[in-house]
Amino acid sequence: MAERVSSKAMQDVQEEGVLKAVSRRDFIKGVISSGVAVSSAGYLFRASSILHGQQLAAGVGERLITLNVNGQQRRVDVMKQETLAWTLRYKLGLTGTKLGCDRAECGSCSVLIDDIPHYSCSVLTHTVRGRKVLTIEGLAAEDGTLHPVQQGVIDEQGFQCAFCMPGFIMTAVGFLKTNPNPTRRELAHGVSGNLCRCQDYDKILTALMRGAENMRRSSLG
Amino acid sequence: MAVIRDVMAAFELYQPSSVADAQKLLEQHGPDAWVLAGGLDSLDWLKDRIRKPKAVVDLSGIAELRGVRTTNDGNDGIEIGAMTTLTEVVNHPVIKQKYGLLAESAELVASPQIRNQGTIGGNVSQDTRCWYYRGGWPCYRAGGNICYADTPEGRNREHAILHADRCVAVNPSDSAPALIALDAKFVVRTPKGERVVDAEDYFIGPDIDITRLHILQPGDLLTAIRIPSTWARAQFYFEKVRDRNVWDFPLMNVASAMVTSGDRIERIRIAVNGAAARPLRLKAVEDAVRGQPRNTATGEMAGRLAVQGAVPLQFNAYKIPLMRNLVKRAVSGVEEATWAS
Repeated sequence: MAERVSSKAMQDVQEEGVLKAVSRRDFIKGVISSGVAVSSAGYLFRASSILHGQQLAAGVGERLITLNVNGQQRRVDVMKQETLAWTLRYKLGLTGTKLGCDRAECGSCSVLIDDIPHYSCSVLTHTVRGRKVLTIEGLAAEDGTLHPVQQGVIDEQGFQCAFCMPGFIMTAVGFLKTNPNPTRRELAHGVSGNLCRCQDYDKILTALMRGAENMRRSSLG
Repeated sequence: MAVIRDVMAAFELYQPSSVADAQKLLEQHGPDAWVLAGGLDSLDWLKDRIRKPKAVVDLSGIAELRGVRTTNDGNDGIEIGAMTTLTEVVNHPVIKQKYGLLAESAELVASPQIRNQGTIGGNVSQDTRCWYYRGGWPCYRAGGNICYADTPEGRNREHAILHADRCVAVNPSDSAPALIALDAKFVVRTPKGERVVDAEDYFIGPDIDITRLHILQPGDLLTAIRIPSTWARAQFYFEKVRDRNVWDFPLMNVASAMVTSGDRIERIRIAVNGAAARPLRLKAVEDAVRGQPRNTATGEMAGRLAVQGAVPLQFNAYKIPLMRNLVKRAVSGVEEATWAS
């Protein structure tokens, strides 16, 4: 199914005669807006095959619900036992949210639910109906201006491999809403539920402190 | 990166909006039902497919289970809804001012994200961390007839030194000993009506029921925790010892509430967790130190008394001096205590 949609998207682009003119990034964006992200096509495919097995085994299927994700109302079919991380990545194509441990230990899957950091691997999607979910994809402004914390991370080159970065950034953004002017120690405590396998904590903290400063400055300006 | 074995086994999810509806659902599904609070203990069981309930009853939509209220029983205490998150407990102004022991213990639980989601009711009702049991081994606690931890080769560094009976698992809660020290009462809704029990009686050891850490039977719900004003603004002591400063469960913790007059200990309640299958209120210690001066000698006496009868397993003998020292520090204060092996 994934394949069919992407080739249809390709066709659309070709029909418009703009294939040569679009960058790879724009092309991928186009495919995403058509419903399937190329980069996560395999994941989406996997999710649906597992779902199929579940339906056969238990006779319990998905239910169509509406989620508020990154300010948009998203209609999505969700299994009763599905976690939010699963829905975000494999149903909505929002693969910025990472799955590390899937056991509420590493923090890579952190997202904001009503402005509060949660491990999305440990939240059942059905329990966030009517609540606001914010992922790393929804952090930048509409015009593409990065969130002050994202900008701080870029300015300080805070991460090495950056697998843990979306989780760290979302947790920091949530923490800074409650404590906008933290000491380095307080910020470290705030993001203590996130692990970095590269052991890059010192640089991460420097970057997030810069992000906090950016946030204060932008709210002053 | 952990291997993602699978999604959870399918279940039906019920999201009642009142305690009465939740109880009806629990009654209807009996032993096939699973009560979901914050979900942080529950989802581990379900993801590992060690437990496969048919019906999961999610309590997160029940407004009456959330929040902190003052009680109208004339003693100016508070009532905390069982679904109040640990972060809400930590930040609540009245809890901070008057019952700081509870706020302190709750802030040392796990990680910020877990405290944002984990509830006070879930924290006291969570299951043990014994990895043989949680790994799905058919041990006593799982209904079998062997304990895998209590063998010469068993990995039992985190296990019990007191009141073991076939099973050597310990209770992992940080807030439980603080609530015992504050003389909290637990409100339990059963199919027959409401029951209010002392905090220390909410927890049970393997001698009473080897398959549960608390008194809840299928169909029962812990709805609230009441803290009387008896120990408001007392002198509190909480200490948690763990391997990692974040996320980790306690190897052991101690909580005490004390009222002194001059240098004498007038009233005291003290509890320890991580030593047995239930958090232990140390009544003998309370009786022995009442009326004594608050100093090192009293602390040492209290520590020695606390560990009487302790029996170490192969890898957890360190817990005996650990408990002795924690009780000593709780009684005499840290500035008085010196570290002794």
